[in-house]
Order: sequence, then C-alpha cells, then structure tokens
Amino acid sequence: MAEHRLTFPASEDDIRKLRAGDLVTVDGHIIGIRDRSHIRIFDEGLEPPMDFSGAFLLHTAPGVRKLGPGRYEKVCIGTTTSARMVRFTEGLGRDYGVRAIAGKGGLPDEAIEPMRRYGMVYFAIVGGAAALETTQIEEIEEVAWEELMPECLWRFRVKDFGPLWVGIDSYGNSLFHDVQEAATKRLEDIVARL
Amino acid sequence: MSTVETDIQQAVEDAAAHLYVWALKDIPQDLRDALADAAERETSVPGQRVLQTILRNVQVAEDEQNLVCQDTGIAVYYCKVGEHFPLHPARIYQALYDGTVRATLDHPLRSNTVHTLTRENTGPNVGYRVPIVHWDFVPDWDGLDVKCVPKGSGSENMSFLKMCVPADGVKGIKQFVLESIVGAGGKPCPPGIVGVGIGGSADYAMHLAKEAIARPVGSRNEDPLVAQLEEELTGLLNETGIGPMGLGGDITVLHCHVEHADTHMTLNPVAVNYQCWAARRASAHIRADGSTEFDREA
Repeated sequence: MAEHRLTFPASEDDIRKLRAGDLVTVDGHIIGIRDRSHIRIFDEGLEPPMDFSGAFLLHTAPGVRKLGPGRYEKVCIGTTTSARMVRFTEGLGRDYGVRAIAGKGGLPDEAIEPMRRYGMVYFAIVGGAAALETTQIEEIEEVAWEELMPECLWRFRVKDFGPLWVGIDSYGNSLFHDVQEAATKRLEDIVARL
Repeated sequence: MSTVETDIQQAVEDAAAHLYVWALKDIPQDLRDALADAAERETSVPGQRVLQTILRNVQVAEDEQNLVCQDTGIAVYYCKVGEHFPLHPARIYQALYDGTVRATLDHPLRSNTVHTLTRENTGPNVGYRVPIVHWDFVPDWDGLDVKCVPKGSGSENMSFLKMCVPADGVKGIKQFVLESIVGAGGKPCPPGIVGVGIGGSADYAMHLAKEAIARPVGSRNEDPLVAQLEEELTGLLNETGIGPMGLGGDITVLHCHVEHADTHMTLNPVAVNYQCWAARRASAHIRADGSTEFDREA
C-alpha cells in the first residue's frame, strides 16, 4: 500500500500511478455532485456549467449558510453513498474527462470497466466523518444550479482532503469487489454451520 | 442536563428543537465507548485507519461545535406519554413539528425532506407525515419521554424484510440477517448497529427493527433467549470480514440488537434496519409542570 498526495484537476498520468488499496490525500479543487445534478446532466441533457476535465467529483449535498446571491459558507459538509450514482460513471469519463469519483461505501462492479477504459479512479472516504471533512474544505468557490439546493454543483477549494482509499483503480481492480467476494465465501461457511 | 420551565406545549417544542441539534452534535457515551473498543480490537490496516478517523471526527465535532455527520436525517421521535400528561398527543405532535422546523432554520440544518413523487423539497425537515413519531402510552404516570433519532439515509436505505416461513426456523432468521449485512457492504457506514425485528407482522417487524437501533448501544434484550440471539448474531456478523466502511476488517458491526413480538403460527417475519456508526439519539424527560431533563444516554 503506497501513500500519495495529489492536486486536482489531475492528469491521466497521475491517475494511472494509483493502485487499489493505496492511500491518497488531495489538495486543489474538487466538485460536489449528487443524484439530482447527475440526473439533470445525463437524463435531462443539460450541459454542466462547470469544467469537469481532470476533475475530482465528490458525492455530497452540503449543509451551508447563504451569505448573498450565489455565495455560501460551509456549515457541515460530508459524503453520501456512491452506489446510487454508479450508472453515470461511464458518461462522466467518456464525455467529460472526469478523473476521480469520491464517495462512501464503494461503487458496484459496473464501474470497473469504464474506470479502466477512461483512466479514472474511485476514492473511498470515511462516511459520516463530516466534521473533519468540513475542516479540510477551505472555501466554497462556486455554486451552480442553486435551484437544486442542496443537490447543486459545488466547487470547493480543499487542503489535506482525506484520508481517501483507492477503492477502484484504472487497471480493473476493485477493493470492494474483493471484500464482497471474500465475505460471500465466508458467509457460505457460516451458514453451513448454523 | 438542564432545566427549562415554560408552558407545556412550548416546553415540548423547545425540547424537540434542542434534541434535534444536540443529537446531531454530541453522540452518546455508550456509542463513543463502543467505537473506541472497536478501534482497539480491529487488526486490519485500513479498518484501523477508518476507526481512528471516526474517533478524530467525533472529537472535531465537539471542538468545533459542529455536526458529527452532514446527513441531518429524517426526523424520528419516540414518545412515551403518561396517561395524566397534561398535553394531548395531537398537540405533542404539533410541538415536535414546530421544534423540528425551528432547529432546522435557526442552526441552520440541511433540509432533507422531499415529496416522494415530485422530489421537491417540502420545507425545513418537515412535510406530510414528517416528522415520524412513534407512540407508547403509560398508565398511572404524568410525564412524557421524547427520544429524537435523526435517521440518516445511507443506513436507512439498507433496510430489509423477509417473510420467512415457520420451517425456516431461527436458522432462517440468522441467515437473512447475515445475507443482508454482507449485501449492504460498506454502504450503510459500518461498523454500526444492526437492528433486527422478529415476529409480529410485516410492518410491525420493521417497526421493531427500528426500535432496536434506538436502544443504548450494546444493551441486551430482557428475554434471555433473544439476548442470546443478539450475542450470537453480533459474533457471526463480525466473521464476515466486511470491516469498517466496507474496506475489509474484523469489525463489521458494533452490536446487533433484536426486538421481538409474538406472532401468528404461520408467520416468521424478520426485518433488518441498519444504523450507521454515527448512531445519533438524544432524549428528554418532560414533567407535567413542563420542566425538562435532557438525557444523552436513554
């Protein structure tokens, strides 16, 4: 298990250096996205008003305080369950050049192939650890699609964002697949002796 | 603990407003102990790092006076109403509703409640039939106990019901609980509390599963047979290797709590309701004169 520090937006070369199980800390800019903002892009066909190339997308719907038109300050920002949004993985890589998707709980196996093909990774964060995560977000720099509050698109500036585990790498490996496979096997043994 | 004296509906509203925010910020000691104990027992490298991050997060929430988790949940209250408590449950409901609104606007808290078909936000964590309130009535008493359990969606989405048949027996119950938790993997923010409801009817089994997650962490059912099942399931679930946040490890659950009801001779329902590691709950004991004692451990 290697440890890395990466700045986003990132290049394909940066991403190809990461292997499933590695630990990563992130600086730079990341974009918050969630169910409804994905649906707007892929099901309703609207172009996202933010640049996704090389981007780090975080599955989040932040708790914020409104300061003025389009201006918000953080209250509590954490991460939601990623699996609900797995069907958007391929489009994010193919059409928009996204490099990293981060959330909690893992992405199902259907994310493995698009991540290999387009040079993307899935980062697993510690779900529920929002108080800590909030301290790693320096500022909310931009908010788009405010009418979807809190499921808008958010641009955050972050420092020391993590710890993040490479849950799926760009070579077809998934930590979550491996854990699930091993657990299923153990389950068979447990059930056999019930 | 603190004491508030005011008129009775206002007292209940004040209690709800306080409980909702307090539950989100300051997790109970029994849960803190269970998480610290898990960190001592976990041997996998990622599992260990996850648990250390969780413990650090609980401390940061305390230092920064922030919420432990950003998911302010769906507002759930458990009420025990004494038969002589001087406020009708219809008014108690209104007070809980108003308290939820006030907490959400004043803090401010993220508003999560949407119309289930249009998905449009319905207001400050309230809506049609939200908050969700469960009622118990107690004879020969004039008090009111309110327990607030803001329930996060990551764990609530990992709820499962199976109508086992009598021939499936206790083995069928155990198997379904194990399959549910392995299937849930890292999604419900393990290691948390697995609530299991058995017996009753389909709806009542799920109600019991939810009641089970709201108990003090690691408490045991009064029925020794059920308590034995809790112990056994806790051990078996931790043999699955799902581990903290599903990254693999020894600690998949902090505890398994089981609640039961007698059932029909042809029924064998089993319901699973997961509660994430940030198992938030906070209680208030309200007396007939409106004075209130807050209690993090109930």
